[in-house]
Amino acid sequence: MYRSQHLALKYLTAAIALFGVMTLAGLMAAYYYINPDFLFGLLHFNITKILHIDTLVIWLLMGFIGAIYWFLPEEFGRELVGIWAAEILFYVFCAAVAVVAVVFIVVQYGSSDETALWFINQGRKYVEAPRWAAIGVVVVMLVFAFNVLGTAYATRRITGITAVLMIDLVPLILLYLDAFPAITNMSEDQFWWWWLVHLWVEATWEVLIGCIMAWTVMQLLGTSRRIVETWLYIEVALVLGTGILGLGHHYFWIGTPNYWLTIGGFFSALEPLPLLRMVIHAIYDAGTHHMKTTNRPAFYWMMAEAFGNFLGGGVWGFMITLPQVNLYAHGTQWTVSHGHFAFWGAYACGVLSVIYLVVQKVRGLGHVNGALWKWSFAALNIGLIGMVGALLVSGFAQAFVERAIGGSTHEAFIAGQENRWFVEGMVTRLIFGLLFAAGYVALVWNLVTVGRRVPVLTAASEVK
Amino acid sequence: MAALLVMLTLDSLAVIRPGGANVPLYTVINQHIDYRFDPKRGHDMPVIGEPDPLFGKPLNAAAAAVLIDKGKMVIQSRACMDCHTIFGNGAYYAPDLTKAWLDPAWETWQAITGAATREDAMVTFLMDPVKYRTWTRTMPNLGITQSEAEATVGYLKWIAAVDTNGFPPNFGHMQSTP
Repeated sequence: MYRSQHLALKYLTAAIALFGVMTLAGLMAAYYYINPDFLFGLLHFNITKILHIDTLVIWLLMGFIGAIYWFLPEEFGRELVGIWAAEILFYVFCAAVAVVAVVFIVVQYGSSDETALWFINQGRKYVEAPRWAAIGVVVVMLVFAFNVLGTAYATRRITGITAVLMIDLVPLILLYLDAFPAITNMSEDQFWWWWLVHLWVEATWEVLIGCIMAWTVMQLLGTSRRIVETWLYIEVALVLGTGILGLGHHYFWIGTPNYWLTIGGFFSALEPLPLLRMVIHAIYDAGTHHMKTTNRPAFYWMMAEAFGNFLGGGVWGFMITLPQVNLYAHGTQWTVSHGHFAFWGAYACGVLSVIYLVVQKVRGLGHVNGALWKWSFAALNIGLIGMVGALLVSGFAQAFVERAIGGSTHEAFIAGQENRWFVEGMVTRLIFGLLFAAGYVALVWNLVTVGRRVPVLTAASEVK
Repeated sequence: MAALLVMLTLDSLAVIRPGGANVPLYTVINQHIDYRFDPKRGHDMPVIGEPDPLFGKPLNAAAAAVLIDKGKMVIQSRACMDCHTIFGNGAYYAPDLTKAWLDPAWETWQAITGAATREDAMVTFLMDPVKYRTWTRTMPNLGITQSEAEATVGYLKWIAAVDTNGFPPNFGHMQSTP
């Protein structure tokens, strides 16, 4: 194994640990809706929410970095340049995440000055981490970029996948620089904030996971490089063609000109296309190889990624993307339903697929199968879909009661939140959240024990 | 696509700067702000009216900018948008604040706090929301000082005057009791 692959193991382990923190914080955030007095005076909803969504971003980012550190040395046929710096930064990164979490929980907020933004909380959704930590994330990504670009330069070898990856690193880093400003004008603040959130998540991350899944398909199914790279180019073209101006669906209501209603509505309606491409690709490759694989959990998580991305990101996103619907759905639990499904389908399932692939290689398993992964796969996916469905019902009730007939006031908000359908949706969400958490425990147990619980067969063994 | 986005961005930034077509100057806090249906647009629009200075004290452009800037810093430092939303963006545990300045609920808080004006009631509430709780979901005390509360109220008044293409829908027009 290369040193960068040892580092990949550390990143993927940290990702799984933060996945657990995200799940716990999510359960707590869900419980506040049932019992608003929960931990009142000690730890409020906003901090729990921050822990939930920030660990979501960080565990996925660590998953991507880990996956790329795993695949890249095999792609280049050599150790990554400057891997020593990445090894040091991994520990710095983990320590920084821990410090930020402790500050969030213990200190929580500061007074209205720059000190609070630098050292406690920036108060901007998804990028609440104080500025010092955000600078740390930039440094980690710069070293990551140096590892990739430096190695490509040293080997003088660029494949289609690495070319796409290297180009994607530029906007990935540049857009994150938007995590720092505190612009007084909320319209302008949110204008740029969406460049970070949308163009990161719905463009650069999509390309990143596209590269990672391209390597995964090659290793899992033995699909030829020519085929996966062709699909990758198509996806990049579609993502850039639809996703860049799809940004416009975030510009309907923030004070921006009303031409965004047309532009954003049109292009974001096309955004499911690249996601549909992934489904076609997955079905095509799986069918071509007659569903044969030596790693069933990795294969099923890969298929879950393709379908989840299309359904959660594409179909659920399309449901609320036209301005006529978005006017009522925006900022309700309907949006939350889409957010959960999209992040899960687009990214989480892909990272889990890579992790199973890595576990197989590290432990030298001829094939990976068994019962426990199926339980975790079922509990996580049924739990997630149950939460998504429950949130959707609550979102419908909120959009109707609060927005359509209630008049969107404080009183209408309360009427929506106390509506029976809304409340039952929140309770159901928590129940399915608990199932999801049980799935997480089964997942971790399976990942820890899979080498011991499954007989090691020869590398040529296949499971139908 | 990227080039088109850059062009649209330049145009949009001109529209959303304070004093642009859709976003008022910060000194709008010296005026009365209303929200009425515009038949041409097909939705409600902010209407800037007669002088009605915040806390009865007119502010010049520089003083208004300082106040609004402080208000934004309060909103960020207290992570308000991890419970509330503004323009529908944020978290969904507490009400959207886009038109909070115009919300009829402040009449209730004015009665509860015994404040003479809406803005005084808002300041009193923000400084001790637990004491003036009206619902099971209670806003926690976030150590907001008098000056920070005044700045936050100024920010909410200014933001209520932003043209948001009719968001949130039907504001203040309850159609029936849910």
